[in-house]
Amino acid sequence: MIRVAGAGWLTLLYKEVLRFWKVAFQTILAPMITALLYLLIFSHVLESRVSVFGGQIGYTAFLVPGLVMMSVLQNAFANTSSSLIGSKMTGNMIFILLTPLSPADFFAAYVLGAMVRGLVVGAGVFVVTLFFVPSLLVLPHPFWALAFALLGSAILGTLGLIAGIWAEKFDQLSAFQNFLITPLTFLSGVFYSIHSLPPFWQSVSHANPFFYMIDGFRYGFFGLSDVPPALSLGIVAGCALLLSVLALTLLRRGWKLRP
Amino acid sequence: MIVALAVEIGNVVRCFGSVRALAGVSLAVEEGEFFGLLGPNGAGKTTLISVLAGLTRADSGTVRVLGHDVIADYRKARRALGVVPQELVFDPFFTVRETLEIQSGYFGIRHNDAWIDEILHHLDLTAKADANMRSLSGGMKRRVLVGQALVHKPPVIVLDEPTAGVDVELRQSLWAFIRKLNRDGHTIILTTHYLEEAEALCGRIAMLKAGRVVALDTTKNLLANVAGLTVRLVADRVPASWQHRVTSHDAHGFVVGLDSYADLEALLAALRADAIRIDELALLETDLEQVFLRIMGTARPPAPESRS
Repeated sequence: MIRVAGAGWLTLLYKEVLRFWKVAFQTILAPMITALLYLLIFSHVLESRVSVFGGQIGYTAFLVPGLVMMSVLQNAFANTSSSLIGSKMTGNMIFILLTPLSPADFFAAYVLGAMVRGLVVGAGVFVVTLFFVPSLLVLPHPFWALAFALLGSAILGTLGLIAGIWAEKFDQLSAFQNFLITPLTFLSGVFYSIHSLPPFWQSVSHANPFFYMIDGFRYGFFGLSDVPPALSLGIVAGCALLLSVLALTLLRRGWKLRP
Repeated sequence: MIVALAVEIGNVVRCFGSVRALAGVSLAVEEGEFFGLLGPNGAGKTTLISVLAGLTRADSGTVRVLGHDVIADYRKARRALGVVPQELVFDPFFTVRETLEIQSGYFGIRHNDAWIDEILHHLDLTAKADANMRSLSGGMKRRVLVGQALVHKPPVIVLDEPTAGVDVELRQSLWAFIRKLNRDGHTIILTTHYLEEAEALCGRIAMLKAGRVVALDTTKNLLANVAGLTVRLVADRVPASWQHRVTSHDAHGFVVGLDSYADLEALLAALRADAIRIDELALLETDLEQVFLRIMGTARPPAPESRS
């Protein structure tokens, strides 16, 4: 028996990854198929009708990073939120609560687990879309793309953590998803450049943090963006920090978990 | 001789809305004890265990496990504690072995295979080690819960109704294993509805009622303190002058408490005087159930709950 001080959170991370991996058909393959359906339908209908970035890139190419990032974000959220509500509903959360894991351990393990799931699905979508748009294989700014993927998945993983702890029933969680996460994702410029929107909706989009994640991620693919990538990175990093502080504070107080 | 305290509970209060689940509970359990926590449903047993395990927070009071405060020093307190929860919970994603390995890992313990194998063996789970948790029967799942509480070799083990809904065979083997752990120096704290179990296993017992400790003594003293005899009487009725001595009354007749054998004479005389025919009469040994009934001041013990 070897006691590794402070290593308990790695087991929790391992458990989180193993949990979604065991049902990969539903947690990885299904969201990939969904993203591909969007790609097929939207590119088929819109390729010849929509001009993005002044016609510098085709619509299908434009759509790919949006769909990849959407998959990253939605799956990161789904992982923490469904794992936590599942554990709460079945009662097996007690196995984690009885251990010496600290709030920071808990946070790190769940959010990293969500990031792994989001990035695995995103990478899967990206690889498959290369068959449609092979030119995307060479990214002009891969580290920008990676930075936004990491921060975006961390943000959604944290949001999923908060939602999963808050929700007492599955329908509360799906309300969180349907009325907050999905609209914010869809209205963030996954499917269009916000420059094609009327001025009012452009300014509304600027209030949506998801917009900066998608726009910054897309910059990594094309070197083109609606707002400067450094600004987006700052906003996204700020959001990640704020949400992390919020989640850690809630965990330290034992909110909902240790009543 | 200085005996260290395994668990120290000091004036713990916990309210849920207007209900005082724990209304100032103080208890000390010494290292190496086999301690029983008894009480009817809603007495606060599970709330007390939840506070001890850090699953819920006390409104006031202090709780220490081997001297470690469960809030301020929660890491050490939780390392020292193994809890078998009352609810039959499990993680459907994993096998029995994975469940135990993961639980072990949460405590930062790697390469724990030898101990996990021993746990599987003692709980008769070796054949099921690679079976998914979902496929196990209720009794098997209960054994895994016991195993999970033991992966980090906690010096203090808390069992919250571990034999509720468990078959006789498992109950026997489970108690044999728990007794062995107690002999090896582990402190055991047990809550149960089965009074005969507590009587057979526990060296000392605390009885809880409405969030308070109403009795706290060695099992021996508790049994001795309920002095006198108990008579089970099958008859139409009991003489009016003896009504107040009836501790319970059911289809099997009346149970009447006596102070001594002299009382038996008086009871028989009263029956004769009222011309009450005795269908059956038996002298009963004092058992924990009668102690429990007398202390709780209720006519009947709480029925064992059936749990899934």
